[in-house]
Parts: sequence; C-alpha cells; structure tokens
Amino acid sequence: MNLKRKNPNPDPSSPDSDESTQLSSPFPDEVLERVLSLLNSRKDRNSVSLVCKDWYDAERWSRTHVFIGNCYSVSPEILTRRFPNIRSVTLKGKPRFSDFDLVPPKWGACVHSWLLVFATKYHFLEALRLKRMTVSDESLKFLALSFPNFKALSLLSCDGFSTDGLASITTHCKNLTELDIQENDIDDKSGKWLSCFPENFMSLEVLNFANLNSDVNFEALERLVSWCKSLKVLKVNENITLEQLQRLLVLAPHLREVGTGSLLQELTPRQHSELKSAFSNCKNLNILSGFTEVTSIFLPVLYPACTNLTFLNLSYAVLQSDELSNLLIHCPLLQRLWVLDSVEDEGLEAVGSNCPLLEELRVFPASDPHEDEIVHGVTEIGFLAVSYGCKKLHYVLYFCRRMTNAAVTTIVQNCPDFTHFRLCIMNPRQPDYQTGEPMDEAFGAVVKTCTKLRRLAVSGLLTDLTFEYIGKYAKNLETLSVAFAGSSDWGMECVLKGCPKLRKLEIRDCPFGNAALLSSFRKYESMRSLWMSGCKVTMNGCRLLAQEMPRLNVEVIKECGNDDCQADKLYVYRSVAGPRKDAPPFVLTL
Amino acid sequence: MSVPLEHDYIGLSSEAVPSMEGSERSSSGGLNLNLKATELRLGLPGSESPERDNGVGVLKSLLVVSGAKRGFSDAIDGGSGKWVLSGNGGSEAELGKGGNLFSPRGVNGGGKGGGCECNNQNTGLGSPVQKDGVVPPQSPKPLQEKKPQLSAPAAKAQVVGWPPIRSFRKNSMATHSPKNDDDAEGKLGSGCLYVKVSMDGAPYLRKVDLKTYGSYMELSSALEKMFSCFTIGQCSSHGVPSRDGLNESRLMDLLSGSEYVLTYEDKDGDWMLVGDVPWEMFTDSCKRLRIMKSSEAIGLAPRAMEKCKNRN
Repeated sequence: MNLKRKNPNPDPSSPDSDESTQLSSPFPDEVLERVLSLLNSRKDRNSVSLVCKDWYDAERWSRTHVFIGNCYSVSPEILTRRFPNIRSVTLKGKPRFSDFDLVPPKWGACVHSWLLVFATKYHFLEALRLKRMTVSDESLKFLALSFPNFKALSLLSCDGFSTDGLASITTHCKNLTELDIQENDIDDKSGKWLSCFPENFMSLEVLNFANLNSDVNFEALERLVSWCKSLKVLKVNENITLEQLQRLLVLAPHLREVGTGSLLQELTPRQHSELKSAFSNCKNLNILSGFTEVTSIFLPVLYPACTNLTFLNLSYAVLQSDELSNLLIHCPLLQRLWVLDSVEDEGLEAVGSNCPLLEELRVFPASDPHEDEIVHGVTEIGFLAVSYGCKKLHYVLYFCRRMTNAAVTTIVQNCPDFTHFRLCIMNPRQPDYQTGEPMDEAFGAVVKTCTKLRRLAVSGLLTDLTFEYIGKYAKNLETLSVAFAGSSDWGMECVLKGCPKLRKLEIRDCPFGNAALLSSFRKYESMRSLWMSGCKVTMNGCRLLAQEMPRLNVEVIKECGNDDCQADKLYVYRSVAGPRKDAPPFVLTL
Repeated sequence: MSVPLEHDYIGLSSEAVPSMEGSERSSSGGLNLNLKATELRLGLPGSESPERDNGVGVLKSLLVVSGAKRGFSDAIDGGSGKWVLSGNGGSEAELGKGGNLFSPRGVNGGGKGGGCECNNQNTGLGSPVQKDGVVPPQSPKPLQEKKPQLSAPAAKAQVVGWPPIRSFRKNSMATHSPKNDDDAEGKLGSGCLYVKVSMDGAPYLRKVDLKTYGSYMELSSALEKMFSCFTIGQCSSHGVPSRDGLNESRLMDLLSGSEYVLTYEDKDGDWMLVGDVPWEMFTDSCKRLRIMKSSEAIGLAPRAMEKCKNRN
C-alpha cells in the first residue's frame, strides 16, 4: 500500500494556479502516477523525473525499486526522503577492483547504517540485493527482525558475515522467496542455517547456496524442496551428492535453474539412468551450473536436459575439449556459456560449430596463470572459431595467453554487435605474438567496428594510440578497464575528452599522472566513479582536483606511511552525500 | 624464499642493487622505493631481461615531459632502469589483503631517496602467503635493448590482483587442480593443502588440509572422526544402504582392519595405498583421498610398491 502524497497539487484548471501547473499535463496526479508506475527502466524514470516538478513528484512516489551503484553517492536519509515507497533496493559498495584484492579490508561500504534508516522509512521493504558490501551477522539479524514483508536477499561478493547471519534470515523471514548467496567472503561455520527454515515453509522460489562449503542437513533440504512448489532456482553446494540431487530433481521437476553438487561419485548403471531420467523430466530447465569435479561419465546424464538450455555455466568444471564438444552437441539453444580454458581452442571450435545462438561467452583460466609453466589454455584460434560460428555474440570475457591484432580485427568483423568486450591477455604488456607489435590495432578495430560497445577491458602491450582510438570511436562506451597500458598522460586525456557516455573508469598500473587526472576534471561529475591505482598521480594533484570539484569525493587510500607524495590508490566519485563519515584511517578524503 | 621485488625506476639508487640479490630484504619485510623526479615516465616493457626467467615486464624509465606523446620505439631505447612488479599474488586465503602492489609512479623531485617502509608489506608478504614460485632477484643495472619479446615468458612475477579473477574463483582453482595438470605439486602452495576425501557409500565429501597434520597417525585419526558419523546409523536416513549401527571404535577397527583402506590419487592419476611413502612425499603428491572398501583395493599395494621402487 502506497503512502499517500501529503500535498496534492493545486487544481490545474484553477485560475490561481501558477504557470508551472498550467504548463503541466492536465492529468490528475493519480493518473500520472499510475502511468509512471508502469515504467521499470531506471533510465526512463530518471528522464521522467527531469521533465517538470509534477513529473518529478509523480515519479518519486511511484518508484518501488531503486538501484544505487555507489553506496557513498547518496545517503539513506536523502534516498528515503526522495523515494518514500521503495520495496526493493540494490546497493553496490566497494570499487570493483576490491574483487582483486586492491582495496584493503575494512574499507567501508557497510550496509548497517542503511538498514537502520530503512527500518523506519521502508518498513515494507521486500528485497535487498547487495554487491561488494560489508554485511555483519548483526545486520542480517536486524534485517530479519525489522522487515515483516521481507522476501528476497541476494549477496554477491560481500564480506563480513557468517552462516549464523544466514540462520537469522531463515529463522525469521516468514515470507522469504529468495536466498541467493554468491561468491562472498563468508565465515562458513555450519550448514545449520538451512535447518532453521520453519517446518511448513512453502514460499521459497530461489535458493542458491552453491558457494557455501558446510554440509547442510539433507532431510531439511528435501523437505524444503518438496514443500516449496514455486521453487524455480536451486543451486546446491558440493556436499550434495548425485544421488541426493536426483531425489531433489524428482521432487522439483519444474525447476528452471539447477546448480549441481559434487559429481565425484561413481554411479551404478541404475543410478545413472535414474539421474538421467530425473534430469530429462525437468522440462523447464534453462540454466545449469555447478559441475565441480566433473567426470566424463557424468556428462551424458545431462544430455536430455540440455535441449532447452540457454545458459550453461561450466566455469568451475575442468573439462577437456572432447567432453565439452560432446556436451554442446546437445545444446542447440545455448545463449550463454561460461567455461574454463581447459577446453582449449578445440573446445571453442566446438562452441562455434554447435551454438549458433550464442550471445555471451566467458572463458576463465583453469589454473593459476602464475603457476603454469606449460602453456595451456586458449588462444586467438579459439576466439576466432567462436566468432565464425556465433554471429550473435555480443558479450565476451576472454582470458587468454596470446592474441594477435589480426585475429581481433577479424573477430569483430564477424561479430560487429559487441556490447561488452573484455579481453584479458594474461601476461601484462604482452605484444601481438606474431608481429611483436602493440595490440593497439586490435582495440582500434573493436571500437571502430562495434558501435554499440558499452563495456571494454583492454590488455596486452598498448600505447596511447589505443586510447586515441577509444576516445575517437567509442561513443557509447560506459565502462572502461585499463591495466598496464598506455604511454603517457595523453592516453587518459583522450578517453576523458572523447567518450561522452563514460561512467566508470578503472585504471591500474598505467603511466597516467596529474596532467591526465586534471585534464577533464568536470567530467568526473558525469561519471559514477574513477579508480586509479599504481599510476603516477600525486597527492597534490588529487588535492587540486578536490579543490576544483567540491561535489566530488576525492579519496586516497594510503597504505604506506612514509610516502606522503604519491597517491597510491585514488578513488573519485560524485556524491550528494558529502564526504564519507565512516572512512577508516587509511582513506584520506581530500 | 620469495623475495619481494622492488621498484627502482632509474637505477640511481645503488642500495637497491645488492639488496635485491639477497633475501635479507624479504626478511626485513621492507620495500625500498627510490623516489625520483615527478615526471618520471615509464617506458614500455617490450623487452625482458635475458637473465631473468620470471618474465616480469621490464620498463625503461625515461624522463620525459608530461603530455608528450611517445612512440613505441622511443620507449625501448634509452632507458636506464627498470620497473619491477611486486606483490603477493593470488593468495587465496587472504581476501582483501589490500594491494601490496607497489606500482611504478612518479616520484618526488629532489630525490627524497629514502626507503618506504610499508607495514602492510610485512603482513602481506610472508612465505606462507606467497604460495608459489620464488621470483629470483634481478639486477637492475643493465640496459634492456632487446626487441620486444614475442612469446610469453615461462614464469611470471606475482602481481596483486592480476589476472583479474575474483578471489572466490582463485580459491576454487587452487582446490580443484586440473585433470591433465602436470604441475599440481606446489600449486596449492605452502599455505594450505586441501584435498577432498570421499568414503565409499558416504553421502558427503569432506575436505582436509594436509598441512595441518604432521603424520599419518594424525591424518588417520582425523579422518576417523570425520567419517565415523556415517557409520552410526545416520546413513540410512540419507537413502544410502544402511550400515549396522557402528561406533567410533568399530570404525577405527574398520580402517585399521580389513574392511576399509585409505587410498589416495597421486599426481599421475594413480590410486595408491596411503602409508607407503614418507609423509612429506605423500603430501606433495596427494591430490585426493578415498576411503575405499578393501575388496576394491586389491591390487593397489603391489603397484604402490613398484612405483616406489621405480622412483627410487
């Protein structure tokens, strides 16, 4: 139930109304709100709110979901003041490079202060999705107890909590529909949280505990699955055996998304056929994941289930090329595929041959690239093969050990619709292995050909020319990730001056200094954030930026006591909330 | 031991040279950053030092006016120093260790020269954390005039947060060693050595950290505790063919007696009986453990013996 608006607008037809209301739409507010409530896109809503004051008001009253890309860009007070009827919040915290250990622990992004405000202002909050936030068990307990309608919790890449916190959620949230715990730095004490669901609990639709390691009580899980008739997503952890998985599938053949447990057991022929039959009875199955410790013997069990697969996540499965090939033959409708580079180029050739509808491909390294003396993995050959066979490809994340300019040029000619092109040549500053030249022309081809490009990550040996290309051609670029690249400040300047839609720029270990940083300082207000680490900016440069742009938070993470002049890690972001009040000592706000 | 590499932009600091050779620097835990002129330009690496086998990108440092464009070829010649990466790389257990990477950057004019002692470095770079290859110390002196290296160097220096893989995934890489991996040994590093333990008929798998045990006895008693629950009637509720109600001592009898044997899969993919080789050799080569029914383990013992003989 929506809170009523406190100050209805004056009647537009009244002669006393001012010009603004005369110019505004003749609809009553309720109609306008109703119409606007049908808008779901953030961008549309933001545009709507800029039309006029009436529309701003109507929009803010009708918004039920809010997305905050940087938790420090706004305060909970400001948020709740503007949007009184929020039911669902998505909050992102730390800079993305914190995923790669570049941000020290206890940096911030604690959700608790948000929850305190939400408890009073958003009493009917239903959904909370957090990414890279610090969440404590106390916060989870507070969440579980403060929101009687709470339904959906999703934690991705968060830290600071333990399975005790999850137990609070499962114990107290009577209406829980979604519990999605992914890739967090969690203190995994026990699987008891699963047993805390009440006896007749029926509402769960999404359960993902694939990344938790502790054993759960299988009886409790079985009961949960059999009672929750609306369960659509079930991703179990490694401790669930194949036999147990089979029983769960039999209880829930309506599942859309399944994450398998451990595949290490050997199956008797009877078990094998039972499992195969259980999978094939899952007629709605679109998404498969899990597959840790997969064996060739297991894979055929899946074949009947693959007919309708749109997303196959094999990124924890060390498969060989023939195993992948045999599997993909059965996946004609595949749109998204995540694999490890253990499948090598031959495996990717199979992708090209069997998956004409493929739109997204992610290839992760199977082994720590620092360790591996032997050059396994994928090369430009695999990528080329995919591009020849998968014309609809528009999202790629590709970790490889070598690449050439020619290959990338051909790839984007084959697939000109790339929106996300993230290429990681794993050895920093590696040139085109055939010509010895920098990889400038490769990324030049990408930005020239792929006019819809929104996200780009570059790697390999790159000079300023790459950035000239980016600035000149990448007019739709929103996110750019740069590492070990560039020759001078000019590179960064080109990007800042040339990419009108740039929102996130993250740079590490590049020769960009104060001149680059300050070349377009007004630009940063149109962006969500800028990260620069291991570059050449100095504290003075950062102070200058902070002076010129008071509405930016210019933060330097200092880890080295004696070195006062270098700005080790710089994080700049726009904010209406002012400087952080919770900054730890190593974060200096300038 | 692993040596934290230093940044030495121009090689003007002579103290960097000898101290990089030894491990004293790592033991002191400090990093000497030689701070040079602000407008220090990093040259493109292009070349790798010939004597180096860890393939760290070598940069020439040039003093160039900021803002000027530099061609690729300019960068190769003329440099007189190098830039070396430091870091503690994929230490999976330590999420958020916090960028111990000291990257190249402009330095103060006037050569403040002093070292930059960083406390974080102490915690970040200990030998337990550095889980893999030693990066041999380099001499910063010689000019690198080689043409760009055309192939990836064999071994790479550790760089924090590179390649950009989430810590979670890195942890998984460490515990699930690739099947055709010839160099699983050492991959798991000195920090922890998790291997999976399965027991025939048990519904769960467990993981144990072999580093926490010092002998077969310790491992064996830990496993007994871990798996005793499966033999105490609980199995029947999981749909596994139920066993007779057994208690811990019976399990111990089982393990030390004839019904079950403890086996492991080694680096070559062969299944061997646990206990045949010295403990250290076992932890080095063990990839996975399995508590196997003795009836299935017939034939293992002779192979193990043969293999030992072949290795000796």
